[in-house]
Amino acid sequence: MTEPMRLSLHVPEPAVRPGDQPDFSNVTIPKAGSVPRPPVDADPETIRDLAYSIIRVLNRQGEAVGPWAGLLSDEDLLTGLRNMMRLRAFDQRMLMAQRQGKTSFYMQHLGEEAVSCAFRKALQKGDMNFPTYRQAGLLIADDYPLVTMMNQIFSNAKDPLHGRQLPVLYSSKEHGFFTISGNLATQYIQAVGWAMASAIKGDTKIAAAWIGDGSTAESDFHSALVFASTYKAPVILNIVNNQWAISTFQGIARGGSGTFAARGLGFGIPALRVDGNDYLAVHAVARWATERARRNLGPTLIEYVTYRAGAHSTSDDPSAYRPKTESEVWPLGDPILRLKNHLIQRGVWSDERHRQAEAEVLDEVIQAQKEAESNGTLHTGGKPSVRDIFEGVYAEMPPHIRRQRQKAGY
Amino acid sequence: MTRMTMIEAVRSAMDVSMQRDDDVVVFGEDVGYFGGVFRATQGLQAKYGRTRCFDAPISESGIVGTAIGMAAYGLKPCVEIQFADYMYPAYDQITQEAARIRYRSNGDFTCPIVLRMPTGGGIFGGQTHSQSPEALFTHVCGLKVVMPSNPYDAKGLLIASIEDPDPVIFLEPKRLYNGPFDGHHDRPVIPWSKHPLGEVPDGHYTVPIGKAEIRRSGKDVTVIAYGTMVYVAEAAAEETGIDAEIIDLRSLLPLDLDTIVQSVKKTGRCVMVHEATLTSGFGAEVVSLVQEHCFYHLEAPIARVAGWDTPYPHAQEWDYFPGPARLGQALVEVMEAR
Repeated sequence: MTEPMRLSLHVPEPAVRPGDQPDFSNVTIPKAGSVPRPPVDADPETIRDLAYSIIRVLNRQGEAVGPWAGLLSDEDLLTGLRNMMRLRAFDQRMLMAQRQGKTSFYMQHLGEEAVSCAFRKALQKGDMNFPTYRQAGLLIADDYPLVTMMNQIFSNAKDPLHGRQLPVLYSSKEHGFFTISGNLATQYIQAVGWAMASAIKGDTKIAAAWIGDGSTAESDFHSALVFASTYKAPVILNIVNNQWAISTFQGIARGGSGTFAARGLGFGIPALRVDGNDYLAVHAVARWATERARRNLGPTLIEYVTYRAGAHSTSDDPSAYRPKTESEVWPLGDPILRLKNHLIQRGVWSDERHRQAEAEVLDEVIQAQKEAESNGTLHTGGKPSVRDIFEGVYAEMPPHIRRQRQKAGY
Repeated sequence: MTRMTMIEAVRSAMDVSMQRDDDVVVFGEDVGYFGGVFRATQGLQAKYGRTRCFDAPISESGIVGTAIGMAAYGLKPCVEIQFADYMYPAYDQITQEAARIRYRSNGDFTCPIVLRMPTGGGIFGGQTHSQSPEALFTHVCGLKVVMPSNPYDAKGLLIASIEDPDPVIFLEPKRLYNGPFDGHHDRPVIPWSKHPLGEVPDGHYTVPIGKAEIRRSGKDVTVIAYGTMVYVAEAAAEETGIDAEIIDLRSLLPLDLDTIVQSVKKTGRCVMVHEATLTSGFGAEVVSLVQEHCFYHLEAPIARVAGWDTPYPHAQEWDYFPGPARLGQALVEVMEAR
């Protein structure tokens, strides 16, 4: 009898930690334009490679190349650039507002602006997003008023959610933006249900589900893929892989799977992997997936490869778990700079106009902030009513809540 | 009027609702072609088509999660969780999502869904086919929780639940599916066809959510019951000769406090009975409310008869299930208290 081998537990660990030299040499970045663009009705079995590569349009020279290029006009691109800049400026001001005590909490999008801003432009009015807390670009790119977003963040007298919800957990049916929940992944399966409903009613609207790399480990991610696959729901299943789930590197959620996109393959769902910092690529892939959904060809899974350049939230300090300069060496660069360079390369933009646009955008955000602050901030000025605690639990207030409201003095 | 079992009444409620409103959809595990493991959806797929009534993958969070998404779109899903014992994987979706969507979005989105769940014991169902998890729902603000005890109420309450603008947990005592059951397991089951509450209108009607019903008027003691315990209470009253007033709550959340308080103020004594385990069970809430609202009318401590604080066993079914003997003894004790 030989001694049985003693087993050991494998716990994945990022390549580097604070104090180490950041290193992304393990991230394979295909050349821009090198990934083919299959027809939208391609058999999922024939496009499995797309789950392991990265669809990219913008090359190092800022040129748009390959089969995924050419969908957007200069005007579209300039709008896209401005929306990303608005989101970044919004983030900066709100981070500062949190530090000043005007709100309790904020979460920024730094480095991920292209994903939500470009995706929104592939949708139509009436489509519904089921976002996480890091897709405010969906609202901004749909021209949702910045003041209203800030009113929500400040929980003030004009907060559309009447002070009930943590900052950044927006809701806007009108803008196709489902109410955000603090519970991760729950919305992923709800998006599939919404899409099934649209199909049940013979409608033409589609849904988009959103999730981060870390939350793909939640069970609702798996149920969403099962239901989307079973019922061929007109839904786009988006995974934003920003490499980090608070302090946990993406390898903990991904495990032995080659990529997050590859998770879709086992469910028979076509899966694409895209450069999340390439506005043109994000938009092109989103268009491919939305067309598939609209033609009743079923769901598509998209992994956006990007990097969470900022802290997880205002309650987080990334220097405790990753090198401080890691975002600087991220090989896919910065989405705003890359689109800016492309537009300069096309001759429709310049450094000077960019600086000017930065000033304009900052001014727009500051004006909005002034207006929002005039409605109050978390601890000063106008507030939602105490009465609002009790309203809206049910369509009609039941007697026990009425008694409690009276006890509270309202 | 037709004689219906509770299963047939539940099915009729869905049939009537699907007929009246194209937005009502029914799905769950084995619910489609096969018509459900309890036959509650039999014939609905054939009548309304596969897109209105269909089978779902075995994923409770998936079933409830998709239903929530459908409701956000504008449908009125009435879905089935095969046994209440298996709702736990969906608990996140039920408590954090369905219950809160109206509140957290300030009415921007709503969640008019019904979750049907066969519940309760008395059928040798063992640990995972007998549970009564109502207290896990009544503690959740934003939900409504109902449990019918007869075919008439089952149909009327289910139609009301489907038409309700908020999420409703619809608990069906499976021991009552085919006939009333008073805990006397050694006696033959009387079918609903021989019971007055087996008379069910064929068309549309509702039983209001939030309203209790007095099943037996009495002057000695108020027994607060729901589901199978309504019949246990009737048997216990008859066997002890105590003139108990039996309230069938029907709706646990919102609760018909007025009917309870009126009755206890009249009788001065109160016994709460449920199948669910005792500690932090729904009875604790009712007892607390009775104490708060009827303190000066009480002539004895309020008693609770419930399932023991153990998982639901298999072989010891009738030592666990709160039958008429146990409830009868509590009635006697409450009457003797001074």
